[in-house]
Amino acid sequence: MSGNIMAVLPEILLLILGILILVLDPFWKEDNRRINLGWLTTGGLVLIALISILVSRPVTPQTYFGGMVRYDWLGFSFKIFFILAAAVTALFMMDIEHLGQRAEAYILLIAATIGMSLMASASDLVMLYLAIETTSVPLYVLAGFLKDDDRSNEAGFKYLLFGALTSTVLLYGFSLLYGISGQTNLYGIAANFTSFSPLVLGVLFLVLVGLAFKVSLVPFHFWAPDVYEGSPTPVAGFLSTASKAAGFVVVLRFFIVVFPGIAANWELILAILATLTMTLGNFLALAQKNIKRMLAYSSIAHAGYAMIGVVAYSKLGVTSTAFYLIAYILTNLAAFGAVAAVGNATKSDDMKAYYGLQRRSPGLALIMLVAFLSLAGMPPFGGFVAKVFVFSAAIEKGWVWLAVVGIINSIVGVYYYLIVLKYVYLYRMEGEEEEMHPINLSRPYSMALTILSIGIILIGAFFGPWFAIANNAALNLF
Amino acid sequence: MQFPILSVIVFTPLIAALLLLFIKPERKTEIRVTALAAAVFALILSIWVYFSYDKVAGGYQFKEMYNWMPTLGIGYHVGVDGLSAPLVLLTGIVMVTGVLISWGIDDRPREFFSFLFILASGVFGVFVALDLFQLFFFYEIAVFPMFLLIAIWGWIKTREYAAMKLTLYLFIGSVVALVGALAMYWQSGIHTFDMLVLQQANFPVEFQRLWFPFVFLGFAVLGGIFPFHNWSPDGHVAAPTAVSMFHAGVLMKLGAFAALRVGIMLLPEGAKYWAPWIMGLALVNVVYGAFIAMVQTDLKYVIGFSSVSHMGLVMLGFSTLKPEGMLGAGVQMFSHGVMTALFFAAVGMVYDRAHTREISKLGGMSKPLPWVALAFIVGGLVSMGMPGLSGFVAEFPIFMGVWKVNPWVAIIASISIVITASYIMLVIRRTFFGEVPVELEGHISSVSPLDKVALILLSLIMISLGLFPSLMVPWVQSGVQNVLHLLGGA
Amino acid sequence: MEFLSNHLLTTILLFPVLSAVIILFLPKDEMKVIRWAALIASLIPLGVSIFLWLRFDSSAAGYQFVESYPWYEAIHSSFAVGVDGLSLTMVLLTTILTPLAILASFGITDRVKGFMMLFLLLETGMLGVFLSLDLLIFFVFWEIGLVPMYFLINQWGSANRNYASLKFMIYTMAGSLGLLLAIQMIGVSFGTYNLPELFKLWPVATTLKNIPLGISIETVKTIAFWAFVIAFAIKVPVWPFHTWLPDAHTEAPTAGSMILAGVLLKLGAYGFLRLVLPFYPEQAKHFAGALAFLAVMAIIFGAFASYGQKDFKRLVAYSSVNHMGFVLLGIAAAAKAMGTMDATIALNGAILQMFNHGLSAAGMFFLVGVIYERTHTRNLDELGGLFPLVPVYGGILIFTSMASLGLPGLNGFISEFLVVRGAFPLLPVYTSLAMIGLLFTGAYILKGIKKVLHGPLNEKWIGHLTEINTREILVMAPLMTLILIIGVWPAWILDVINKAVIMLFS
Repeated sequence: MSGNIMAVLPEILLLILGILILVLDPFWKEDNRRINLGWLTTGGLVLIALISILVSRPVTPQTYFGGMVRYDWLGFSFKIFFILAAAVTALFMMDIEHLGQRAEAYILLIAATIGMSLMASASDLVMLYLAIETTSVPLYVLAGFLKDDDRSNEAGFKYLLFGALTSTVLLYGFSLLYGISGQTNLYGIAANFTSFSPLVLGVLFLVLVGLAFKVSLVPFHFWAPDVYEGSPTPVAGFLSTASKAAGFVVVLRFFIVVFPGIAANWELILAILATLTMTLGNFLALAQKNIKRMLAYSSIAHAGYAMIGVVAYSKLGVTSTAFYLIAYILTNLAAFGAVAAVGNATKSDDMKAYYGLQRRSPGLALIMLVAFLSLAGMPPFGGFVAKVFVFSAAIEKGWVWLAVVGIINSIVGVYYYLIVLKYVYLYRMEGEEEEMHPINLSRPYSMALTILSIGIILIGAFFGPWFAIANNAALNLF
Repeated sequence: MQFPILSVIVFTPLIAALLLLFIKPERKTEIRVTALAAAVFALILSIWVYFSYDKVAGGYQFKEMYNWMPTLGIGYHVGVDGLSAPLVLLTGIVMVTGVLISWGIDDRPREFFSFLFILASGVFGVFVALDLFQLFFFYEIAVFPMFLLIAIWGWIKTREYAAMKLTLYLFIGSVVALVGALAMYWQSGIHTFDMLVLQQANFPVEFQRLWFPFVFLGFAVLGGIFPFHNWSPDGHVAAPTAVSMFHAGVLMKLGAFAALRVGIMLLPEGAKYWAPWIMGLALVNVVYGAFIAMVQTDLKYVIGFSSVSHMGLVMLGFSTLKPEGMLGAGVQMFSHGVMTALFFAAVGMVYDRAHTREISKLGGMSKPLPWVALAFIVGGLVSMGMPGLSGFVAEFPIFMGVWKVNPWVAIIASISIVITASYIMLVIRRTFFGEVPVELEGHISSVSPLDKVALILLSLIMISLGLFPSLMVPWVQSGVQNVLHLLGGA
Repeated sequence: MEFLSNHLLTTILLFPVLSAVIILFLPKDEMKVIRWAALIASLIPLGVSIFLWLRFDSSAAGYQFVESYPWYEAIHSSFAVGVDGLSLTMVLLTTILTPLAILASFGITDRVKGFMMLFLLLETGMLGVFLSLDLLIFFVFWEIGLVPMYFLINQWGSANRNYASLKFMIYTMAGSLGLLLAIQMIGVSFGTYNLPELFKLWPVATTLKNIPLGISIETVKTIAFWAFVIAFAIKVPVWPFHTWLPDAHTEAPTAGSMILAGVLLKLGAYGFLRLVLPFYPEQAKHFAGALAFLAVMAIIFGAFASYGQKDFKRLVAYSSVNHMGFVLLGIAAAAKAMGTMDATIALNGAILQMFNHGLSAAGMFFLVGVIYERTHTRNLDELGGLFPLVPVYGGILIFTSMASLGLPGLNGFISEFLVVRGAFPLLPVYTSLAMIGLLFTGAYILKGIKKVLHGPLNEKWIGHLTEINTREILVMAPLMTLILIIGVWPAWILDVINKAVIMLFS
């Protein structure tokens, strides 16, 4: 098939799936609707991922559609992960009241996924902006989807405002880029940015604002805690993983493709941002009583860790960031998935709801154990290896102080993750009647969580294949 | 192909932990029996490895090597030498006795044994690791179960605090060491984590002198070196009995051993440069630990601080960089491991029945618990370094080695022997002899047969080693030869 | 049989501890069985040591019945045992006293099993010190002897036993600490712990294998000298390191005191003879005067202290200080002029005194125990005028006291005479003072007898005092026999001692 089609095969398939859902939805009865929607979406997404892997793997990097899309491993591998993340999210969404039986939710999910896939492979400013908006708008709606929940409304609105504002800034930055270089293709712009000047700094700053918002770097992170807390939990999970990762891919492409000439300058800027992000994220997480907020700050902190790899402007650096994102997607999805289950059963996201969780559902507790220890960076889970790689990349390039900051922050992180585990395993419910209040998970739900956990362990123990994927992705940038 | 016995030993506990998770939580007997079977299996294999080790040939044996991540120079490389074989054996012994002692745990035994076994796997993994990344990997695996084990099943008054403190301390220590290890990786230019290769790497002297403290102290935190020992007494006391046995008996050896393997063996010039400082810190451990133990009122704290003191002896032996000193340190790791496991087992048995560990509230325990008393006395004599028992076999060469380097240190350190003797004797007398307090009269049930087996096994091991040093000394010696080789001859 | 005759010493050494293990498995309520088992078990080593004595060739130089097995090769220590005249005498003493002490303890009913096991363990410890030919093994057994004695005092002793036992333990351990350090230093410097080898290497060594810190050989030797002296001085005990003794002896159970005074004190003196004198002739000579001074202090003050006691057992305890002073005097004299005839005589006296005091002190403590068991008091003021009530006991008490006093015809006289005879030419002033001490020895002994047996009878004892029984007589009989034999015909033992002294110290 023609290269053009191959390049965007996943997106095309996603579109077909979306339309399919739209069409089929009215024909389903009320009681089946939820199940049908969920399974259709999930199954469809998994199928799309499989087809893409089998049929449209990239060979050599090439741009298509007039330079709009770059068909390479970096984009491709992340696309697949986004699709799989969406599949898992769809499964999780099924159990949320007012969300799970609305076809619109699933369609919006798919739309956002299309946007992310395009973000991952965009190689043109216009395409990039379009992709970013295609991702963001559905997500704004999804965040505020629960009409009766004040916090969801607030989340959606806040996300919209922040997003719109930073989008504008980003667009302005893009326009300046165009103005300076006379073209919109990322690979062509690079030639004009070989030396540093106040103008370049300005442009850099503008672009950074937009992208930093997407990946929730300090000081553009303010939206995250409120949005994560207010959104329906699976949506928060999706936001914190796939959306953030998509942002990172753009960051990678941008800084390494467009600004290699002034690497020395932006490395330092990013290093400082990373430091602030990690530190603020970790220390604020310490004080949280609401688990979703805690996870929000923790996600912010993790963005900081991943950024370290970018700062270490090297093949290992990019590889380690990619690896980190892969591990992080699995881990955070599992964490939010567990939180969603508990939230559903107890109607509360306060940490008190987790007292005695292990006695109510040993399996769920185990999933949380795996996820949280991976977040903390303990072996044999993916988080450990990911952190080791990121710090190694930093040390290799001489950013020893940054690695040390990262390490210190990891230690702080261990503390609050362990506290949650302590609640889960040690503390008791009020009245201590955990056997009376078991938390049951539906088959598919627990299957999804189990697969995620196994994935986390696999990434942690047998990291060879995953590292190879990340490596290949990185190669495409250099 | 050779049977991968070391990997089997390492992964048996882990597989058992997973299997245990599939048993229904109400089937407590099945859980316990499964745990015991796995532990015994691991013990048998480790005994086999120990006695099949060829001391004459020396070096690393039972090696296995698989690729893990060749592009980064990470491999799965295992082997034992004369120093690690006794420690593998020790872990097996503590595993079995730990399971026996924990037979009575009624609150979620499934999770308890599961976590305990994850810990055991981590420990085994470190002892046999010949790849630096692998060593860290398993080292960390051994840390997080401690948090859960202590926080959930520990002593209600201090368990949360102690568990968090312990975990953070150990994590920090290991991370500091990790930074040093990464530095070695980059500096060697060969980009490998394989320790056998790194041993020949000949890092520049300045580099070694700079990084040795990070690596050594980072690991020695787990060994309880002053002034980073603070986690240990609280951790010991708060932990449930079997976990204390593991903690003091094996985990602290992990720290000292890793400090040796990674610090001294990979950075010999750094070791030589910093040896006097390490000796000084270890000396503080020995004397200070003994003094603090003397004034404790809680029986378990006495044992906890005494562990700090005895681990000081291990590090004292290492710091001499002399054959006798290292020989003694190697034997002491084993001897103290068994002894402290015995102590904690005995204390646990007393506490389970008397529900107090305050020495002033105990008394006359030898009447209802004769076997416990006897075992505790044997342990006490070992801790004093009484000849005829394993403690003497370990401590004597350590002092010989220290003599060769600094007689004053030897003299000061031997003061601790007298202090130890006095507090041990006092504790024994107050706890086990005299009158049984009125409140406890009639409430002290005798120990179960399983408990007796554990106590007898541990005591016999210490007595046998004391009477027949040749049961362990040749092994440790061959291991020490290896180390001295790297230090550039004795 | 072949095995036995090649391993006589190991048999003597290990038989008690093996019997202790067997006793462990006997049911604890079968007290009679346990007692008899322990007694028979302790008689075997006695038999073997008598056998050794007969087979011993007193004219042959060096050690006999030597056995050597590798033990802790990594630090050059082996399990080596052997006897010469000096050690054989001590071994004989130990194996005689242990069965008697066990027999004396048949009256104990509290935890008999533990008691007997500890006793047998103790015997192994003591024998080990006398038999060992390796410094490290010497130290091992030296320490092993401490623990059973601590528990014996602590668990079966009288009112003040906690204090006494802890003091005993800490004092002795502190002394052994110096011993340990000195032994380590020797091991490190000479590369071996084997005594015969060390004896050969010591005088001629000018360069050491591993000199710690580069200090000179002389310094090494001097430090080791003082460490040894202090350790042994605590054990003997030498005034002023004797303060542990009165408490320990008084608070210990009867059998414990018998062994404590009978054998354990001799360990210290043995240490002087076996290690200090041969290794450090010059230093010993240099400090002989000081040593003699301390000996005389012990003799005189021991006697005075004894005289002033109200507690019978304490009186006997201080008498040990007094008698061991003579041993020390003999050693001091020998140190001053090693190799001369006078020195030899003095040493003969010292070693014989060790044996004799063992017998008489054990006897005295036992007799105190006999009275205590019946009257439950050791207070001399409460006793009195008991002769008519217990004539046989009285007779035995007088006999044993006379031996303690040094009456000619009994063993004490011979050894004290030899010591004085040998020491007088070498240390005239000190010896004269010692003789004054002898006077006071007589005083306190007679006072003791008077207070117990003579004078007005305390009414309350009438009808409540039983005569000494057969078992108790059986305990005293061997002691009395030996006391008499040695007093009248000492040649059988003096010959062995004499030849050994000549071979060792000329």
